[in-house]
Formats: sequence, structure tokens, C-alpha cells
Amino acid sequence: MRNGRCGQLEQKQMTREMTGAKMVVEALKEQGVDTIFGYPGGAVLPIYDEIFLQNDIRHILVRHEQGAVHAAEGYARSTGKPGVVLVTSGPGATNAVTGLTDALLDSIPLVVLTGQVPTFMIGSDAFQEADTVGITRPCTKHNWLVKDTDKLAATLHEGFHVATSGRPGPVLIDIPKDVQFATGTYEPAKPAASRYQPIVKGDMAEITELVAAIETAKRPLFYTGGGVINSGPAACQLLRELVDATGIPITSTLMGLGAYPASGENWLGMLGMHGLYEANLAMHDCDLMINIGARFDDRITGRIDAFSPNSKKAHIDIDPSSINKVIRIDIPIVGDVGHVLEDLLKVWKSRGRKVNREAIAKWQQQVGEWRKVNCLAYTSSQKTIKPQHALERLEALTKDHDRYITTEVGQHQMWAAQYLGFEDPNRWMTSGGLGTMGYGFPASIGVQVAHPESLVINVAGEASWLMNMQEMGTAAQYRLPVKQFILNNERLGMVRQWQELLHGERYSHSWSESLPDFVKLAEAFGAKGILCSDPADLDDAKGDDHLRWTGDL
Amino acid sequence: MSALHIKEGSTGHSAYNLRPTFSDVQEKHTLALLVENDPGVLARVIGLFAGRGYNIESLTVAEVDHTGHLSRITVVTTGTPQVIEQIKAQLGRIVSVYEVHDLTVEGSSVERELAIFKVVGEGNQRVEALRLADIFRANVVDSTLTSFIFEITGAPEKIDAFADLMRPLGLAEVARTGVAALLRGV
Ligand SMILES: Cc1cc2nc3c(=O)[nH]c(=O)nc-3n(C[C@H](O)[C@H](O)[C@H](O)COP(=O)(O)OP(=O)(O)OC[C@H]3O[C@@H](n4cnc5c(N)ncnc54)[C@H](O)[C@@H]3O)c2cc1C
Ligand SMILES: Cc1ncc(C[n+]2csc(CCOP(=O)(O)OP(=O)(O)O)c2C)c(N)n1
Repeated sequence: MRNGRCGQLEQKQMTREMTGAKMVVEALKEQGVDTIFGYPGGAVLPIYDEIFLQNDIRHILVRHEQGAVHAAEGYARSTGKPGVVLVTSGPGATNAVTGLTDALLDSIPLVVLTGQVPTFMIGSDAFQEADTVGITRPCTKHNWLVKDTDKLAATLHEGFHVATSGRPGPVLIDIPKDVQFATGTYEPAKPAASRYQPIVKGDMAEITELVAAIETAKRPLFYTGGGVINSGPAACQLLRELVDATGIPITSTLMGLGAYPASGENWLGMLGMHGLYEANLAMHDCDLMINIGARFDDRITGRIDAFSPNSKKAHIDIDPSSINKVIRIDIPIVGDVGHVLEDLLKVWKSRGRKVNREAIAKWQQQVGEWRKVNCLAYTSSQKTIKPQHALERLEALTKDHDRYITTEVGQHQMWAAQYLGFEDPNRWMTSGGLGTMGYGFPASIGVQVAHPESLVINVAGEASWLMNMQEMGTAAQYRLPVKQFILNNERLGMVRQWQELLHGERYSHSWSESLPDFVKLAEAFGAKGILCSDPADLDDAKGDDHLRWTGDL
Repeated sequence: MSALHIKEGSTGHSAYNLRPTFSDVQEKHTLALLVENDPGVLARVIGLFAGRGYNIESLTVAEVDHTGHLSRITVVTTGTPQVIEQIKAQLGRIVSVYEVHDLTVEGSSVERELAIFKVVGEGNQRVEALRLADIFRANVVDSTLTSFIFEITGAPEKIDAFADLMRPLGLAEVARTGVAALLRGV
């Protein structure tokens, strides 16, 4: 802020009187929002009226509020900007709960606005009343019920600040209808005035200790995660510089794919339960594990007492609660990945760019031996389409495109993670922490809205896809050329896989029966569908659909 | 701000000890939180303990700075050192929690609790109850021919001890406030 009278004057002019509903639109504009995903209802009609009266913000009408939240997640993950959702009170808000929980677990910044019954009716079991802030308290990073129009603009700005600062996450702002109608004073954003200011710079003593450990380690390994993507493209660039300069191998979680390029020399592939053999053995045998923005999820660690028993562990994370939550850490660094890597590189360079080259060369050799096992190999077939083959062909035919991939949840999701290569961050959208079937299709819609010219593909299982198939209507209405790549195995594949392994092959309710004809289904929405059941036709089927607008089956 | 003063130079993160102290020993810690006095904040704190399976031994809350709308929550909890560190880190994540202090590690602290006891009895029992109350410096705040209400302030252990003694003498009802605590010195 400028000082003196000039600054004061300017501030006076910027605070204006308007209705709460108008404030919502003004605040969104001030926050640079270009798109919102939503579904109207009685308690948000004043806001919808304001949306009708302007052209700066595009509203995408979904077919179910869960779809709106996942679409906003796809938008957010593929742009690095917060996703914005607008839904009505009661059922509108409760339908958003799954998406909110998904975004909370995967650290996706969202601002969800819900309508609420008028303040004077709250607590009376009014029509479409639900205790939205109560219901969503455990599935948001923070939430607010705004009871005073004068506080609405400031709360909206604070919502954006909280959603995007520190560890990102979803926030919800519940706005009673009378607050939307009433007039109040619009306050411009003042993020610096917020009390919420997470630490982003890492402690220099800890960073120096990590540099010293890197200088001497014989079998060092980077274990990176979604936090690198959250930190942004600059952080990914610094990570690439660090990996390439040190020659240290790198693996990543499901959420961190693309931070380091899959074609990179030091790339080991994904780790964890469905990860690559070489990545998991490297995790087990390393002597220095450098966790950058990952959270030691149980899909990674397995049994805690057997997890990488002989390594010194460093952990860079913006959220102190992620550190020492499950795994004991020797070098804890609280801070933003980008900031910490910048300092780390500075210190490492100033100390002479040292690593134990000889030992690392041997370590690389060992890793090379493990790679030769070629754990992703499968026996191909002339008769049926192996999913692995389908994904290999998808990779071959689309990797040179400006491509974004979303997935549903199940075996197909894991195959996509294993067989597709990600060269850049923000190109891979998947539901990791919550594992929400039905995420991928609406997410692909959100991605396509943000990147209208790009190739957006949702790799899906038939069962997951059915969970939010109503969004075909949205894709058709906005002419979004999303591709739905459905691997139809007529079963809940991942459930069946567990029943096979752990429940004596008793396949209880894991069949997909009475499936629709997906080609006709696509056509019913005015899209195009292709059925492919012979491996030989696979390439044609895919080549063909690239430029069409919806539905590849 | 003097009512809130906890320790010179302390920050919102002063309670975090990120160097691991993993052991199986259960420890009791008294945490002091400075929070925004908004209607949801207590629900957030309690919901965190319930949702993540942490213990609450006692919890007190009241606004301590009316102009700044700040409340102070004092929580007594038990857990292994790792769990205690996780509780503090999780509390620190709550957007409307501004400061988290572990009074058990930040220095020696004074802990006080207020309790009122209703003791029903006649004859000798009554005399004995009064005599013990005097030793514990409990005050009589209500009296009938067959009952007393005592008011007692002290560390929780002292209140436990008083309750144990009153039980055979006709202890009928107890109400306790939970612990309020401050670090000693400046
Ligand atoms: C069917 C199924 C199978 C799965 N199998 C696997 C598997 O085999 N392998 C696998 O890896 N995953 C698997 N997952 C995903 C898994 O459940 C977790 O979602 C995933 O491992 C978590 O990734 P992450 O550790 O990168 O953490 P994220 O959830 O991405 O969390 C990011 C971490 O970084 C921190 N952070 C955020 N922003 C910043 C910043 N700016 N600076 C610093 N730190 C930051 C956060 O505090 C957090 O600790 C599977 C999921 C499903 C549904
Ligand atoms: C909403 C929801 N319900 C249930 C599950 C449990 N679940 C995980 S994977 C899976 C089967 C998915 O089947 P499909 O989409 O066909 O994919 P496939 O595993 O066959 O590739 C189920 C039921 C879930 N993850 N999400």
C-alpha cells in the first residue's frame, strides 16, 4: 500500500457499496477467476443473477455437483490456479462432499461457494437447510459461514489466500441468501494482512546438513511427490537441475508424476505397491533418502518397520504434520519445495558441487541391474486386447501431442501410471489419496475447459466411468472434445484382484453386469463412440478419433 | 496483550520439535492454544482429537482478549512423544489456531483447576468433611442441614485427592472446570 493521503484516497475509491451477490462476482474477478463450475438452486439464485449480468466469468453447468468439484480439481491441477465451484444449499452442498474430501487428501486448491438458507432461518430445519459448515469442517482446509454482507468480500479473498497458500486445499464459503441480497461495502483483497502466513523458507542449518549428506552418500535417492507439483513449474525446474547435476536416481509417487521427465536419465519410474521393481528396491537399499513433497503414504511404506531400514532420511515438506507422521526423519526441513531447492542448490554449489561420483556410478549400475528385470513385461495376445498393450499404443500414438491425462480409479489407473510417460508437471490428474471412482470424467472436462486446444484423455474403467457418466451432457453442451478411453473388462478389476489374492477367489459382487452399449450411449449424447475388441484394430480406432469431439470407447 | 503473553520470542511454531523422539512411553502434556474466537473453532479442535483418535483429558476455553477476539484453549492430552508432536502439528494446521504452545516442554508451568463438590451427610461425617475441607483450603459456598457445597482450587492432583477423601463421606456430585495453565516467570 502507498503511504500518505494519496494511498488513502485510492483505497476509498476501491471500497464500494453493492449487494452480497454482486460482491461474489467482483471478488472472483479480482482474484482473476475466468471459469467456475456449478449448478443452481434456490439459495444461490441472487448470485446466478449476477453471473447472468456479466461476461468476464464463464460458468460451466455440470450435471451433478460432484462433477462440478472434480471438474474444478482438474482445472486446478492442470493450471496451478484454484478451481472455483458454486452450488446451492442442502443437497447441492452435500453432493459436493466427496469432491471436497478428494481435494483435501490430494492437496488441490479449491474455493467452493455454497448457498445457505437466510440467516434468520438457520437452525429451523428450513427447506434445503443443511449444516454445511458442520458437515464440511473435516473435509475442507477451512470453511466459513458468512453472516454479514460487510464481511463477505474479505472472507472471499481470505478463502482464496488460504486455499492457495502453504499446503493447498479446498475451502468452502457458505453464504445465506439474505446476505446475498443485502448491501454492504466491498473490501479489496489484502493477502498480506491475513494472519495465515505459512513458512516457505527452509531452515539454513537443516539445508546445509542435507547438502553435507548428499556430498558423502553412496546410495542416495530422491523420493518425490505431489508437493513438487504443488510448488509449481519453477520448483520442477530446480528439481531437474538438482537431479541432473548430482546424477542421483529419482522415483516419484503417483501424485508427483511429471515433475521429473519420464525420459530423464535418472528416472526410475513410480514407486509403491503398484510401482516399479527398480524403484522399490532402490528405496529399500538406499543410504540417503531425500523425500521432496511426498507424505510416506501406506501405498509406499508397506510395513513401517521394514521400510528402508538402513537409510538416513531427509524430508522437505511445507506441512510440519507430514514430517515424522509415520516415518522417523533425520533431517526435517519445513518449507516450500521451490524455496528450499533454490537454497539447497546455492549451498551445494558454493561448497564445490560435491558428490561421491564413484559410489553413485556403482549405485547406478546396481539400479541398471534391477531395471533389466523389466517388471512391466507382459505376454501379449493376438486375440484379446491386453490393457497394457492398449496403454502402450495410447502412449505411442499420443505422446507427441499436447496431451493431458486424467484417470478413474482401479487397475486401469495403475496401468496408466506405469505405461504412460509424463514429461511435464500438471499433465497428470488422478485421484490418489481418496481413490474416488467417478473422478476422471468430470476432471477431464475441467482440464479441457482450461486447455481448449489440447488433447485431453480420461483413461477409465467401465465401472468408474458409469459413476459420473451424466457429465456426457456437460461435455456435449460445451462441445468439449474430451476423449474417454474406457478399458472395459466387465469387472471391478481392482476389487477382483484383491479377492483373487486375499479372499480365496470368491468374486463377491465384482462383476459389471447389464452394462450399456457404450457406443450407443455416446451417440445418444451426440458424441462418437468406437468399440474396439481386436488388438489389430486398436491403432486405427485411436488414430481415427483424435480430432473428433467426444467419446472414444 | 498481557493476558495472552506466553513466552518472549515465541512464535506459532515454537512448539514443534521436528527432531524425532519416537518412544512408546505415554506422556501427559498441557497445550495452550491461542485461537480466533469464531463459533467453529472449538468444534475444529475437538473434531481433530476425535477424528484422529487422540485423547483429551481436559479442555478449557474462554475468550481472553475481547478486542482482538482471541480465545485461549488449554488442553491436557496423553500420548507417545510422536503422537504429542503430531497433535501439535495438526493443531498448528488449523487456520484459526494462531499459536500452539506445549507448556510441558517450554518451561515449568502453573496449572490450576476449580471444582465444586456436593457432599451429603449427617453427624460425624459432616464434621469430618468440614475438617478435611479446611485442610484442603476448600470453601463452603452452600450449606443445608444435610449437605455442603465446597469450592476448591488447585492442581488437578489436589482435586483428585480431595475427591477421594470426600467419597466415603457422602460425595454426591462434582463439577470441574478443567485445567487453566500458564508458564512461570517472564
Ligand atoms: C488404487 C490405488 C493404488 C495406489 N497405488 C499407489 C502406488 O503404488 N504408488 C504410489 O505412489 N501411490 C499410489 N496410490 C496413491 C496413494 O494413495 C497416495 O495418494 C500417494 O502415494 C500420495 O502421494 P504423495 O506422497 O506425493 O503425497 P500428496 O498427497 O501429493 O501430498 C503432497 C505432500 O507434499 C506437501 N506439499 C504440498 N505442497 C508443498 C509445497 N509447495 N512445498 C513442499 N511440500 C508441499 C504436502 O504437505 C504433502 O505432505 C494409489 C492410489 C490408488 C487409488
Ligand atoms: C466411489 C468408490 N467406490 C468404491 C471404490 C472401491 N473400488 C476401487 S477400484 C474398484 C473397481 C473399479 O473398476 P473399474 O472402474 O472397472 O476399473 P478396473 O479396476 O476394472 O480397471 C472399486 C469398486 C472406490 N475406489 N471408489
